[in-house]
Amino acid sequence: MKTLLDCHKDCKVRIVKLNTGGELKQRLISFGIMKGAEVEVLEHAPAKSTIEIKVGKMRIALRGEEAKFIDVEKI
Amino acid sequence: MSSEDAKVCPITANHIKVALVGQPNVGKSMLINSVSNAHLHVGNFSGVTVDKTEVLFDYKNYHFTVVDLPGTYALTDYTIEERVTNEYLCTEDYDIIINVVDSTNLEKNLQLTSELLTMSKKVVIALNMSDEAEKEGIKINAEYMTELIGVPCIKVSAATKEGIEELIEAVAIKHETSKNRPKLVFSESVEEEIAQLVWYLDKHKYNSTNSYRNVAINLLKGNKKTYAKLHDEPIWIELQPILIEATKHIELHHDSDDIKEAFAEEYAAFNRGIAAEVLKQKKVEEKKTLTEKIDSILIHPIFGIPIFLFFMWSLFQLTFVIGNIPMDYISMFFTWFGDTIGATIGNDDIRSLVVDGVIAGVGAVVLFVPNIIILFVGIALLEGTGYMSRVAFLLDGFFHKFGLHGQSFIPLVTGFGCSIPAYMSARILKNDRDRLLTLFIIGFMSCGARLPVYVLFSGAFFAPDMAGNVLFAIYISGAMLGLIAAKVLKLTAFKGKDEPFVMEMPKYRLPTFKLIWHTVLTKTMMYLKKAGTFIAGAAMLIWFLSNYPHNIDLTKSYETKIEKTQDVREKNILKNQLSETQLEQSYLGRIGKFSEPLFAPLGFDWKMSVALQAGIAAKEVVVSTLGVLYALGNDVDQNSNSLMGAISKNISFPSAVAFIVVIMIYLPCFAASIVFTREAGHIKYFFYLFAFTSIVAYVMAFIAYNVTSFLL
Repeated sequence: MKTLLDCHKDCKVRIVKLNTGGELKQRLISFGIMKGAEVEVLEHAPAKSTIEIKVGKMRIALRGEEAKFIDVEKI
Repeated sequence: MSSEDAKVCPITANHIKVALVGQPNVGKSMLINSVSNAHLHVGNFSGVTVDKTEVLFDYKNYHFTVVDLPGTYALTDYTIEERVTNEYLCTEDYDIIINVVDSTNLEKNLQLTSELLTMSKKVVIALNMSDEAEKEGIKINAEYMTELIGVPCIKVSAATKEGIEELIEAVAIKHETSKNRPKLVFSESVEEEIAQLVWYLDKHKYNSTNSYRNVAINLLKGNKKTYAKLHDEPIWIELQPILIEATKHIELHHDSDDIKEAFAEEYAAFNRGIAAEVLKQKKVEEKKTLTEKIDSILIHPIFGIPIFLFFMWSLFQLTFVIGNIPMDYISMFFTWFGDTIGATIGNDDIRSLVVDGVIAGVGAVVLFVPNIIILFVGIALLEGTGYMSRVAFLLDGFFHKFGLHGQSFIPLVTGFGCSIPAYMSARILKNDRDRLLTLFIIGFMSCGARLPVYVLFSGAFFAPDMAGNVLFAIYISGAMLGLIAAKVLKLTAFKGKDEPFVMEMPKYRLPTFKLIWHTVLTKTMMYLKKAGTFIAGAAMLIWFLSNYPHNIDLTKSYETKIEKTQDVREKNILKNQLSETQLEQSYLGRIGKFSEPLFAPLGFDWKMSVALQAGIAAKEVVVSTLGVLYALGNDVDQNSNSLMGAISKNISFPSAVAFIVVIMIYLPCFAASIVFTREAGHIKYFFYLFAFTSIVAYVMAFIAYNVTSFLL
């Protein structure tokens, strides 16, 4: 399964599953990063340590190792 | 409070207490600042270092008190600010909630709104930034929205002050009417379960202030407080199996094993529905917004970091170049003030206490105010424009390797100037553990006050052309040691799973002058008020330790000697001898003598020990103490050649290296320690910091002393 970390810049995907639990999952959900949400990858920091994505109208930064837990599919 | 209560209590009837709630970056502070004729009260939420702004104003015959709660995306409690908001909404006594919503991003903002609607409180929704939304071609039908969710929705704009009065009017009207019955509708499967739980609660006539529907929703969502309450009720035995069954059903429907996730999807669906009904957006072609254009430069993979470093460099130049100009005047003023006051006091002891203790102590506090103001204007700008999140985005990769957060950079780099504003600026870190860890290592960044000591020692032992490199090496090794210390602390004391980084990158905007002014004023006043009292007290304590007990015989014998000689140089030498012996037999000197064996393995004599301990008061004191102890007089600075000579003659090179290492690592100063304690939130952290820095300083100095001795 492709994860959000595998997506390159300007790629548009839909979230299939959040492969994590606890605090990180709650955090992601409170930002609208949940099953069915459409996501666009805007920017990568060097070495993909952090990535910037767009969900709805909101731009969100997250760590690469957190994006790894988000399964996505191409739209 | 219901309208019946209001009739019973006519005095408080006209008071309306409002809780202002919203997601971050929706312009809440700006909204609160745009109410005219309002009084601002600024303080802290009890027990935590989160700023609390209250706004008081009168409208018609109502007294309004509006409490600005920290922004939160949902009613969770991971960061301190989320916890404060959640606690306040659930436990404090207030009449009505104003939910501030960003009109340009309605659907996302409704997430918090829909959670607020399940609380048994009156709610008014402020559709903020309506002017901006209109510019973007977004039209919200506020009347229809009011009808759909059953609470008043008012279009406002904090920027143009449009709709502010209507909002206040709506709150006043809502206050007089009965509670909401908000129309929050879920999917059929969830509604079925809610209906069943409501029927059950109704059958048993369960006694609740909240509506049965809300109790049912909270139970299904797994709200801990509702659970705790019902857990003690006799109906719980029967309720529990029904609840488990209901939860299973909902999870099954959502193909998830997490009821919270299922509800998040339910809310999202409801919000999507509302947004679809009330929003009319002109189709604009997909072109890059201004924010995206700016971002393509500021967070560019290659240029991003250099641009940021340039901003930081400029801020530091401003802080410590411009900030130092008034510093001279402030210190001149306090010297003059001390002399003037001192002249009116006859008693020597009282004069010394007032002039050298109180006035000098307070002066030392005020001295930092210009730096603090400039730095905080800079930080308020960085935060207010939305650039701070980009900084975290850029730097997190590097700092996370050491267990720190991208935003730790700001307090750490501020620490090179002065630890006090550095500790204060650590507030930008929203997470407890990240903030504490950052606070612990700020001291490793050598502050400006340590510079004189470094200059003195590198001047004493190195050729002038090498001294600069030595200075640079001292700073860099301090910073590297700090990062290593962070890693070690993260692996030991702050062990645990990493906190999620996920954060919003808000739109760039230009903060208003009023907002910046307000933030800076608040922080400066807080520094002056709280730190000021403590710091002045601490300064008096150090003054006392270094001046007492008085040895009158000694003073008299020296004074007669001084009077006898005619030679000016001789006089000076005698004066210095007097202050040296005085310091030696003072409490501080006795502590130095007493602790001499402790410092012997580092190669320090009692004079160096005293200088180090006096340095706990402030690093500036180290140089002047050394000056006194090596009998050169009080008026020495780091450029004094005779002091450099005395040091290179009396102190061995390995001892000097060890001394520098200790200065580099141990507590910055008393004032900073007090600010640290306040920002960390508990006195125990001060003792941890003291133990941690002292042990590290001692061990590192011991290693440095022995390695240099071996090499020479």
